Amino acid sequence: MATNEKRDIPGTYLFDSTMAKKGYGLNKMCFSFNNQEARDEFNADPDAYCDKFNLTEAQKKAIKEKDIIAMLREGGSIYYLAKYAGLLKLNMQDIGALQTGMSVEEFKDMLVKNGRGEV
Amino acid sequence: MANIIGGITTSHIPAIANAMANGLEDTPYWKPFFDGYPPVRDWLNEKKPDVIILFYNDHGLEFFIDKKPTFAIGVADEYHNADEGWGIPTIPPVTGESDLSWHIANSLVEDGFDMTICQEMKVDHGLTVPLNLMWPGHNYGHVKVIPVCINCEQHPMPQPKRTFALGQAIGRAVQSFDDDLKVAVFGTGGMSHQLDGERAGIINREFDLMCLDKLVSDPEDLTKYSNFDLAEIAGAQGVELNMLIAMRGCLIGDVKELHRNYHAPISNTGSGLMLLEHTMPEK
Repeated sequence: MATNEKRDIPGTYLFDSTMAKKGYGLNKMCFSFNNQEARDEFNADPDAYCDKFNLTEAQKKAIKEKDIIAMLREGGSIYYLAKYAGLLKLNMQDIGALQTGMSVEEFKDMLVKNGRGEV
Repeated sequence: MANIIGGITTSHIPAIANAMANGLEDTPYWKPFFDGYPPVRDWLNEKKPDVIILFYNDHGLEFFIDKKPTFAIGVADEYHNADEGWGIPTIPPVTGESDLSWHIANSLVEDGFDMTICQEMKVDHGLTVPLNLMWPGHNYGHVKVIPVCINCEQHPMPQPKRTFALGQAIGRAVQSFDDDLKVAVFGTGGMSHQLDGERAGIINREFDLMCLDKLVSDPEDLTKYSNFDLAEIAGAQGVELNMLIAMRGCLIGDVKELHRNYHAPISNTGSGLMLLEHTMPEK
């Protein structure tokens, strides 16, 4: 494999050096959500908490609108965004539905079909 | 000397912990998954390994991307879980094995694997879910665990050929340890899944089944894939196959498959449970 290869996979945001740099503040904020005090502080004043981590306007907008795809485009890593999802009480099927534009039931049905190898 | 007596592949997703905490094992959704485990538990209870070397990836509990180790090994006598962001209940600590851990760390660095060596390391669901699956009710305190953490989160991450070689080097390190210890190796995670993006939800059953076959008979064939290949074929988090490949690297000679249960989906993933034995080294 060539060094510094980029791979374009449709519908996929590989978390590489570009994203790691772009999303550093966003991911650092989400990493902080491991602690209950941080989750409480965010819930009390989301904007102020985002500013504490120097989130960009685009990142703040994505957080406010719970727009997972926008968070990914702005450098979010799903491993940290999962902690924000936890704060919002959303599970991975909820997150999947949000990203694919399906209902949660439709997304779960797709998982079952994929699991059976029907697609 | 220390001997590796066998290897196990298993899923490690947090949804399993929730299912076990809520007693959902016999519900229609979970039964086909949990029904696979009794034969593996029986094997562990019969063989009684002293030590488990457990390959997993940290999902942002111990490590952040401020400093992200490619390979990390725990050398502590005890490990603790902590809140991973959703207020999970506190679970009992995991027992470590610092002498063998340090021996492996020394041996690996000498062998060209520049490990991050951790005397303190919070362990997340990637490590605790497999232990609880094997010894339900968190009854794993008697077994000593050596955590080996592989970066599966941020590219660049180690390629399959490198994780396989890491497993081989760990196998050699175990064999060169003087104390009589029985060691089992766990490769946890995967299999095919993608959590992020418009492509979220893909599962590649055919590829997963092929990987399980190859893990038994021809693991080196899996090292032809790059992590980008795996992301393309098996989803962005399909790179967790690296932990299974590392586990298989620890086994030598003729490898026998004693048990397998593939089931998909559980949560968003394909789950591959497998129990392997190998030719034991000559005493």
